[in-house]
Amino acid sequence: MPTMRPLLQTPSQTVGPFFAYGLTPTQYAYDFKSLFTPVLAQPQAEGEHIVITGQVIDGAGNTIHDAMVEISQADAAGQFVRTPAEAASSGFTGFGRCGTGTLAGHHYVFNTVKPGPVADGQAPYVTACITARGMLVHNFTRIYFDDEAAANAADPVLASVPAQRRTTLLARRQVTGAGVVYRFDIRMQGDNETVFFDL
Amino acid sequence: MAASPAPSALSPRDWSAHPAHVDPGYKSTLLRGPKKPLLPIRQALADMAAPVYGADQLGPLDHDLTRNAIKNGEPLGERIIVTGRVSDEDGRPVKNTLVEIWQANAAGRYVHKADQHNAPLDPNFLGAGRCMTDSEGRYKFLSVKPGAYPWGNHPNAWRPNHIHLSLFGEYFASRLVTQMYFPGDPLLPFDPMYMGAPEKSRALMVSRFSLDVTEPDFALGYVFDIVLRGPQAARFE
Repeated sequence: MPTMRPLLQTPSQTVGPFFAYGLTPTQYAYDFKSLFTPVLAQPQAEGEHIVITGQVIDGAGNTIHDAMVEISQADAAGQFVRTPAEAASSGFTGFGRCGTGTLAGHHYVFNTVKPGPVADGQAPYVTACITARGMLVHNFTRIYFDDEAAANAADPVLASVPAQRRTTLLARRQVTGAGVVYRFDIRMQGDNETVFFDL
Repeated sequence: MAASPAPSALSPRDWSAHPAHVDPGYKSTLLRGPKKPLLPIRQALADMAAPVYGADQLGPLDHDLTRNAIKNGEPLGERIIVTGRVSDEDGRPVKNTLVEIWQANAAGRYVHKADQHNAPLDPNFLGAGRCMTDSEGRYKFLSVKPGAYPWGNHPNAWRPNHIHLSLFGEYFASRLVTQMYFPGDPLLPFDPMYMGAPEKSRALMVSRFSLDVTEPDFALGYVFDIVLRGPQAARFE
């Protein structure tokens, strides 16, 4: 039983259509410096450098051009970044933010490294938070990697997801001329609605 | 730092205090809010830390929207001070945490290139800012009161005056994006976003005018306290 707490949580509201100059100003070319960018890993960061990209798709199948995606992940060794000094010395921030309004096809794109598993028995994953105009509450999901079949099969969180919905959590690995790209589309509704967690 | 037992989990998101994902009154939610139930997840709190950033990454005027975009004069509008305390549901302060804000100018126009409302831009006002809470969880911004503006949700729809806020708190999972409204705004009962929050929690989004915060001959003061999900008490086995 949850115990009653003295204060109620402040209600969530939508980020609205005009967040970009406040939350992602550098990406959208406003004269204000972004605290968080789509680049999690500088070239010197250890690990396999990858791109994670995709679209956020609404219930009618249209791409959402005013969404914001945030990701948080462990480094290649499965460790979370604890301090700004650690991030500065390793070249890996562990956190990225990207709006879907600046690239063709309304893609989000993150430059990062593939995370290591954070504990034995867990598959590597990235936590993603999606918010947009028309979302009164942000949505959390997890990005798993489709080339980690054995680890994914043993992962307790994936196991808790009904089998027919698990594929919505898998990013598809593609090796391109520009390097390793994982494709992860986020479907807000429909038969293939992405699994969102009550995180 | 005094040793305290490590919390094992965050208190759950209180869905009785938050809006629904799909709200017929706010049309854009119809195709954008998830329709399947969220799945429960068990995850170690240590794996949910908020992004790292340091106060040194913030500029000296980031908290002062009346000065952080000046080109050739001061922004137009009624100067305001917005301050408050960020805490968890037990009232424990959320210290040294980032608060990001953005808003329309005094005429009800956003700098955002997609905003086509026929109201003037202000060359001296960007409308974006950020600051950190102090050791008691307090934050403070200077700005101008944002204007109301029309939007396309329904005929003659107008957004009440509001300031957008984004916070993480100590954990990624305590993330909150919300809006601060102003007391006595006649548009509130007509606003589907505000009304989309449950009746019992709506008023928590309305700031309070404070003569104590108001600075003579300078700016009106508003207090807006924010409550994030906090750690559950540690359970001893």
